[in-house]
Amino acid sequence: MDWLGHINYWAVVILMMIGFYTVIARGNMVKKIMGLNLFQTSVFIMFISAGKIIGGSTPVLREGITVYSNPLPHVLILTAIVVGVATTAVGLALAVRIREAYGTIEDDELLDPMDQTPDHSRPGDHAGKGDGSA
Amino acid sequence: MEYLVDIALLLLLVTVAMAILRVRDLYAGAMLFAIYSLLSAGLFAALDAGDVALTEAAVGAGIATLLFLAVLTLANRRERPARGNNRLALGVVVATGACLIYAAGDLPDFGAPDNPVQVHVAPYYIENAYTDMGVPNMVAAVLASYRSIDTLGEAFVILTAGLAVVALLSVPPRRRRRAFSGPCRRTGERRMRENGILRVIARFVIPMIMLFGLYIQFHGEYSPGGGFQAGVVFAAGWILFALVYGLDAALKVIPERVQYVLACLGVLLYCFIGLLGVLLGGRFLDFYPLLESPHAAQQTGIVLVEFGVGVTVAACAMLFFTFFARRKREIEAVEAREDD
Repeated sequence: MDWLGHINYWAVVILMMIGFYTVIARGNMVKKIMGLNLFQTSVFIMFISAGKIIGGSTPVLREGITVYSNPLPHVLILTAIVVGVATTAVGLALAVRIREAYGTIEDDELLDPMDQTPDHSRPGDHAGKGDGSA
Repeated sequence: MEYLVDIALLLLLVTVAMAILRVRDLYAGAMLFAIYSLLSAGLFAALDAGDVALTEAAVGAGIATLLFLAVLTLANRRERPARGNNRLALGVVVATGACLIYAAGDLPDFGAPDNPVQVHVAPYYIENAYTDMGVPNMVAAVLASYRSIDTLGEAFVILTAGLAVVALLSVPPRRRRRAFSGPCRRTGERRMRENGILRVIARFVIPMIMLFGLYIQFHGEYSPGGGFQAGVVFAAGWILFALVYGLDAALKVIPERVQYVLACLGVLLYCFIGLLGVLLGGRFLDFYPLLESPHAAQQTGIVLVEFGVGVTVAACAMLFFTFFARRKREIEAVEAREDD
């Protein structure tokens, strides 16, 4: 059946596009990093799906098993997951520093550095305060 | 049956991803992200990738979620509502998605044993991993021996990321405008430390987590597991200790300086094993010259290399948490000084 043979790839595309949309349409940097992670996970699913053989088994040698799924994508992806969390940590550290320097992690509030004087926040700008009790 | 589990998990993943996109409360987003990771771990397990599922469950649902939460104590909890409309972004995304779905039509059917990906190098690994190395887990064999230079590169990437986080967050904070959260969070942290049930449960659970980490570290050649997973699981045990008993108590167990040294020692051990092969007359990261029996040599090499990876990964994950958690305290100290 054709649609069954491609449903994983379609789901990967949908997940990837949700991540992509989160990255380009959301202004909050933590949200953008979450979007990047969604995007990244969709690529992982793509690789693992490509390595799967229907009726296969986990590639650990055992008696009575003849068909194993492809171990190579597993190796590539398991290292990529750990590298992914390391790069996520770097992104979050950058967000923390931006927050400290500008008082916000919303990207459109960063556009005008002249408005970011320490003691005069713009009228109507509530992003930098009140979050603690929310 | 295999399709049924697969499709159900994919539908759940799409639903949770939509929820992550839509929710404005970033705490809720972080929790949904943990659910998303756990679901994808389930999907990896259903797709025969036991090692990957273990890694994703430990990394995505454990460390990544903790990092998001740690950052949210330093930044706004709520995302600002969207301004204007995002029709252009939506248009770009839909157009890209349509192109990709059209292109996906050319991909070979999912799960067929004669796909190009299955007939290239994979049959060699599947047939020869055991006779070459005597290691039943082919993933460990490919990771630590056939493709060990690749894995060395990954270990260095993780070390570099650890150094980048240290470099970014070791600059002392300066206070600019009323940007940081008030003292209310401090009580929350204290409440967590005073919670008796949490302390008692953590005392039982942490040794189990550490033991499990050591098990998958040293049993990785025989069952799903290995350095990457073990490092993350071990670090998760330490982070749980830090969350329940406070960062100071956790830093007494494994001080920051030890974390730096361990992060470097791990990759150095990896390189040393590689160079040992050269000194004994082989090539870089060639394990056969290490011992006389080829299987024993390969297994020794794999265990040591995986141990190096595990040490680096665990130390870097602990460094990430140490720096994010301490940043909050430093900011509060600066605020308190300025309030006086």
